[in-house]
Amino acid sequence: MKNDNNWEPKIVTFLCNWCSYAGADLAGVSRLQYPPNIRVIRVPCSGRVNPFYIIKVLQNGIDGVLVSGCHPGDCHYISGNLVARRKFALLKSFLEYIGIEPGRVQFSWVSAAEGGRFVDIIEKVTSEIKKLGPSKKLSKWQKEAEYIKEILK
Amino acid sequence: MIEKIKETVKKLFKENKIDIFIGYSEGTLPLRSTPCFITRSEDIEKLVWNSYCSNNLAVYLPRFFVSQRGAKDAKLPRIGILAKGCDGRSIVGLIKEHQIPRENIYIIGIHCGGMINTKKIKKVDIVAAEEKNDKVLVEDEDKKKVELKKEELLADMCKTCQYTAPAVYDILLGKEKQKTKKEDREAFIKEFEKKPLEERWEYFQEQISKCIRCNACRQACPNCYCKECFAEQAKPRWIGPTNDISDVMFYQIGRIFHQAGRCVDCGACVRACPMGVDLRVFTYKLIKDVKEFFEYEAGVSLEEAPPLATFKQDDKQEFITEP
Repeated sequence: MKNDNNWEPKIVTFLCNWCSYAGADLAGVSRLQYPPNIRVIRVPCSGRVNPFYIIKVLQNGIDGVLVSGCHPGDCHYISGNLVARRKFALLKSFLEYIGIEPGRVQFSWVSAAEGGRFVDIIEKVTSEIKKLGPSKKLSKWQKEAEYIKEILK
Repeated sequence: MIEKIKETVKKLFKENKIDIFIGYSEGTLPLRSTPCFITRSEDIEKLVWNSYCSNNLAVYLPRFFVSQRGAKDAKLPRIGILAKGCDGRSIVGLIKEHQIPRENIYIIGIHCGGMINTKKIKKVDIVAAEEKNDKVLVEDEDKKKVELKKEELLADMCKTCQYTAPAVYDILLGKEKQKTKKEDREAFIKEFEKKPLEERWEYFQEQISKCIRCNACRQACPNCYCKECFAEQAKPRWIGPTNDISDVMFYQIGRIFHQAGRCVDCGACVRACPMGVDLRVFTYKLIKDVKEFFEYEAGVSLEEAPPLATFKQDDKQEFITEP
């Protein structure tokens, strides 16, 4: 069981193959340091990210989600990120409305040339989610985890 | 009013314009009207029109066409339908999403004065009911009659209804009804938005924990026509089979979010819910957001593209994280 004092969040990131994924790669190649809390899932476009993925990630006990795609106008598929932007605007607003903390689910634009920006965003997202603490609200395994903790005592 | 409807339907059958007519007939219980499907002109006398015709009839339409979609020599039925404001908007949504062909639907639009929410009548032993102008006479077992004002019994969505008649129709019956103000309409959402985060979560949790996942809300919704719903999909399996609250939440968030930009606030899900989950406070939030962000209202025009299938260069993006 994790010790609460040095708890580290787990963050799932959905990165667009054509920009943010290459941006993360650039950060790595340039030997820029960023928090190791993120788990990267490569997607062909930010428009490929189904809102269900985000909810499912939270349900599986992950503490935060970041979706990152190309800047508006730079989409490899011309308009994938613009359609995604509408979807995410509604999803973010709706999740906040039902009571999920605003920082839990985040969206950003990072191009393939912006390794530095990628690092800044990961640092910002990680520190925000660290402040929020472990995600409990939609997590399916929370009850089980608490139960096991109780037994282990 | 009912005479006019019957006359129109009779004429449609006589001119051989429709094969089936979907309207309402008297229910088996007082204060209930039930959807009815008329295929012969002899049955037209069964039709009724009153303040209990609350079902959204558009939900039946896609089922007539789903089996024949794509078939070359398909013989599609021609359907006449009685449409209140909300039914009409649902029909527009279905036409836009290519679930029903416009040329096979004959829409008899009707100005609706709002439908009664029978749950608001607190009496249990009602044996008969009669509607007179803006009053409802309810009779209980001891033959005691009580007069109730219709206005007080109206369903919540009817109270703040914006479109009392459909936007797209072939013939429109009745007199125009008074519209409500916009401020009144969104007041309950704004009030909920103002609550602190934890309080909102408490309320969401409380409501969702009532849900038994009977899927009645989905069955009643005219927008839910998917052949395979995500709730039952096996690959990928989105939701586990248990009644764990996180699974129920996933189902409800998924179902409500699927209605983004499509929900017309007809209240079919709320009426269908056997557990009394307050769904409207969540579904209406998306209606409000879609209107605010994209200036779109569902079911009002046939030409306007659905909000999530299109985009603008200058869409709202304040929510994007900047370093």
